[in-house]
Amino acid sequence: MSSTINQSAAELARRIAAREQSSEEITRAHLDRIEQVDADVHAFLAVDAERALKQARAVDAKVAAGEKLGPLAGVPIAVKDTYCYQGLPTTAASRILEGWLPPYDSTVVSRLLAADMIILGKTNLDEFAMGSSTESSAFGPTRNPWDLERIPGGSGGGSAACLAAFEAPLALGSDTGGSIRQPAAVTGTVGIKPTYGGVSRFGLIALASSLDQPGPCARNVLDAALLHEVIGGFDPADSTSINEPLPDLVGAARKADIKGLRIGVVHELGGEGYAPGVEQRFAEAIEILSGLGAEIIEVGCPHFEYSLAAYYLIMTAEASSNLSRYDGMRYGLRVGDDGSATTEEVMRLTRAAGLGDEAKRRIMLGTYALSAGYYDAFYGSAQKMRTLIARDFASAFEKCDLLISPTTPTTAFKLGERLSDPMAMYKCDLCTMPASLAGISAASLPIGLSPADGLPVGLQVMAPAMADERCYLLGGALEAALNDRWGASLLDRIPEVGRPAGSQETSR
Amino acid sequence: MALTPQDVARLADLARIELSDQELARLAPQMDEILESMTNLAQAIDDDVPPMSHAAPLVNVFRDDQVRPSFSSATVLAGAPAVEDGQFRVPRILDEEA
Repeated sequence: MSSTINQSAAELARRIAAREQSSEEITRAHLDRIEQVDADVHAFLAVDAERALKQARAVDAKVAAGEKLGPLAGVPIAVKDTYCYQGLPTTAASRILEGWLPPYDSTVVSRLLAADMIILGKTNLDEFAMGSSTESSAFGPTRNPWDLERIPGGSGGGSAACLAAFEAPLALGSDTGGSIRQPAAVTGTVGIKPTYGGVSRFGLIALASSLDQPGPCARNVLDAALLHEVIGGFDPADSTSINEPLPDLVGAARKADIKGLRIGVVHELGGEGYAPGVEQRFAEAIEILSGLGAEIIEVGCPHFEYSLAAYYLIMTAEASSNLSRYDGMRYGLRVGDDGSATTEEVMRLTRAAGLGDEAKRRIMLGTYALSAGYYDAFYGSAQKMRTLIARDFASAFEKCDLLISPTTPTTAFKLGERLSDPMAMYKCDLCTMPASLAGISAASLPIGLSPADGLPVGLQVMAPAMADERCYLLGGALEAALNDRWGASLLDRIPEVGRPAGSQETSR
Repeated sequence: MALTPQDVARLADLARIELSDQELARLAPQMDEILESMTNLAQAIDDDVPPMSHAAPLVNVFRDDQVRPSFSSATVLAGAPAVEDGQFRVPRILDEEA
C-alpha cells in the first residue's frame, strides 16, 4: 500500500499546503487504488477521473501562487450518489434515474468545491437509500473490504467501503435511520449524523424529508470534524436549515477530553438479540470511558422499543409521497409510451420497471399507513410515539451529557442472508432509529473486532440537538485511548482486499 | 389482519405501480408481517400525546420575495424523456371512453 492512500485527510491537507506533495499526485494515487480494487469492492457507481485531476491541478496552482486555502483544500472525497453534482449522473442507485444529469449542484457539493476539495466520483447505496446492506442497489451490491462475502452496511455502504478500502480519505453520506452510522460500524470507520437541520438537504434526493440528514464519513474523528465544518451551517435554500453557527467541532475532536462528562448507557439498546462479541467490545469501551474520567450512568428510555414501528411508518409514509415524483413525465425513465397508452398506464409501467422490490414495498407500506381508515392507527400513532421517544431523550439528557449504545446489534452479515426477510433487514437499524426520530446528533465509532468473527464493532454516541461537538469530544478521547491500547488504528488490521477476515493465511 | 393480494393490488393502484400476480402473492405476507409488528403502537400511547411531524425547532420559514434567475427551458427539458415544440411531451391524459 502506498504511503499516500493510508494517510488521514488532515495529513494529506498538511502535505498539500506545505507543498510536500501535490494534490494531483494524491488524487492520482486514489484513482489508481480505485482502478486496482473497485472491481472487487464496487464502492463506486461513477468515477470522475479527468475532472478530479483538473480540480487537483487548479488547487496546486493556487497553492503555488501562495493563496491561503481551507483546511481540506486539495483532499479527495467520494460523494454518495444521492447528491446532485452537475456533469455526473445522479441515480440514487435506481433504474428510474439511470443516466440522469442534474441541472444544479447540491449545497453540500457546492461547499466541497468552494473548499477546494477534489470529487473522485459517486458511491453506491441501497436504491433511494432504502436498506441496510446496499443489496437493493439497481447496479449491484457493494462488498465489505473486511470480508468480500459480507455486506458493507447501508444505505451508504459505498461511502463506508471506499474509506475502509483506502479508495478515498473522506466521503459524504446521508442518514435517515442509520445510513451513515450502521455502515460505519460494520466497516470499522467513523460516521456522524449531525443534528437535523445542521447540514443542508438542498440537492439531496429525498427519502424521508423529516429524517434525512447529510453528514461526514471518515477514517478518524478529526477528519470527520474537518469535513463536518466544511459542509455544515445555515443554508437559506433548505427551509429546515438551522440558522445558528456550528459548534466548534474540530476543537472538540482535538480536545478529546471527557473528564467529568456524564455518559448514559441506554438500557433498552442491549441484551436479547445482541451478539456476544458486540456486547463484549461495548462493555470494554465503557470501561475505557470510565477510566478516562467519565461518569457512567445507566438510563432507561422505555419508548425505544417502539422506535422500529414508529420509524418504519413515518419513513415509508414520507417516502411514498417523495417518490411519487418519479412518474416518467419530466425526467428519468419512461416505459410503455407507445402512442396509445394513457399517462396513467405509462406511469404504472414506468414505476414497475424502474423501481426495485424494496422501493415498491416501502411505497406501498407508506401508502397503506396514509390511507383512509388506517391513518389514525398507523401514521397518527407513529407521530405520537415520535413525541414520546423525543421525551425519553429529553429526560435522559437531564441526567447525562451523552448517551451511548452499540451502533448495531450484530457485525456484518453475509450478502443475501437477509434479502428474503425484510423484518430481519429492518432490525439492523434498531439502535440508530431513535436519534433519527428525535433529530439529535449521533455518531458511530470503531471499538474493535468481535472475537467471534473478527469483524468490526461500532459504538454509537448520541448528543442533544446542536450539541454535535459532544460526539466529537467523546470520539476523539475514545479513539486516542483505543489507538494507544492497540498501537495502531483499527483499519491498520484490515486484511488486504480480497482476503476473507479471520483467515488471513488462506488465499482465495 | 391478514392482508390479501387483493388489498395489495389496491395499494399498488393508488401508488401507480403495475404488479404481476406473483409479485402480489409475494408481497402480501411480507407486508402483513411488517404491519402486524406495528399494530402495538396504538395501545402504547395516550390520546393526549401531541403528534410530532418533524424535529426542527422552526415554524413558518419565509424568504424575501426577490427576483432571481431561473433555469432556461433548455436546461429543464434536457432530462425529459420526450420533448416536442420546447415542451414536455406526455402521453394522452384521457381514456378513449372518457
